[in-house]
Amino acid sequence: MSLRSPLGKVRGLGSAKDGTGHWWAQRLSALALIPLTLWFCVAVVSLSGADHAAVAAWAGSPVVAGLLILLIAATFYHAYLGVQVVIEDYVHQEGLKIAGLLLVKGASVVLALTGILSVLLLLFERA
Amino acid sequence: MAEFALPANSKIGTGKSWPKSADAGKTKTFKVYRWNPDDGENPKVDTFEVDLDSCGPMVLDALIKIKNEIDPTLTFRRSCREGVCGSCAMNIDGTNTLACTKYLSEIGGEVKVYPLPHLPVVKDLVPDLTQVYAQYASIEPWLKSETPAPERERPQSPEERAKLDGLWECILCFSCSTSCPSYWWNGDRYLGPAILLQAYRWIADSRDEATGERLDQLEDPFRLYRCHTIMNCTKTCPKNLNPAKAIAEIKKLMVERKG
Repeated sequence: MSLRSPLGKVRGLGSAKDGTGHWWAQRLSALALIPLTLWFCVAVVSLSGADHAAVAAWAGSPVVAGLLILLIAATFYHAYLGVQVVIEDYVHQEGLKIAGLLLVKGASVVLALTGILSVLLLLFERA
Repeated sequence: MAEFALPANSKIGTGKSWPKSADAGKTKTFKVYRWNPDDGENPKVDTFEVDLDSCGPMVLDALIKIKNEIDPTLTFRRSCREGVCGSCAMNIDGTNTLACTKYLSEIGGEVKVYPLPHLPVVKDLVPDLTQVYAQYASIEPWLKSETPAPERERPQSPEERAKLDGLWECILCFSCSTSCPSYWWNGDRYLGPAILLQAYRWIADSRDEATGERLDQLEDPFRLYRCHTIMNCTKTCPKNLNPAKAIAEIKKLMVERKG
């Protein structure tokens, strides 16, 4: 039970003066993903039936490798920002919330690094 | 964790069924949410048959008729009966709106009447508005100016005045805030569409000199950024206002002032 006044409760800990960066980054990463995803889908379809050497040669060009790295980074960054919002919306137990956020952040970083390092591997394998 | 179990009093039972009066002509069935804090029972839905031949055209007319002629214990707020006071906001036929401006003829079949969603209920159709009023107070909804007051009115160009259109008409009925899932889940920290539209009403006012401080107060992952553009607010507003657009304008200003 709390006898704190309604206004006191609503003011709470005050404004965090934060959130705009997150909101803007979510929108920018979404925008970036539109051309990147379209390009990737078209490329993958045009590579259908190609053997490993052909795909490796394609991904081994610096421009393609660069775009692939951007795609992977934007995907996992955007995914993390989105899942973070879902957790903040629905998980109201502080400990569980922090654990969930850290878990998702960790998983995003690991998955993004795995993807990016794989691209780099293809790039330098060819060089 | 997310709450999967419903809180106490969430299970709604079947209540009393009032027969239609012998001399009734064409009737309409009303299913009305009832809850009395004093009897210790769960909420129930009562059934009323209202004689349309002797009833006004609005849902509020029917509710007043029920209270006058069938069950005087039915409890609801109402005042102006013309959509300017915001007292009779409730959930009618599945949508938050004002009972006084909702035509009975717009509702096919039974008329389901519930209090505004996800607020504590005081009794029957009366929600507890303590928190939304405190949130309204927290945005300091008055003109703030350090420039000494002029002898006459504070001038505003027609264009500056036009920016307040679509904002000043809000009657604070809270149909929008209580239709917003984000407000349902995080209403203790998220200000909700009604309060954010009001906040923008002062941010957009050319006579106000505290725009920056107002934005400072709103810049918060919960106070403002729990809005996920679900748009229930705009869909439900009985005054046809657009709280979602007001919130979007606030977010635009937040980005604009960054650089």
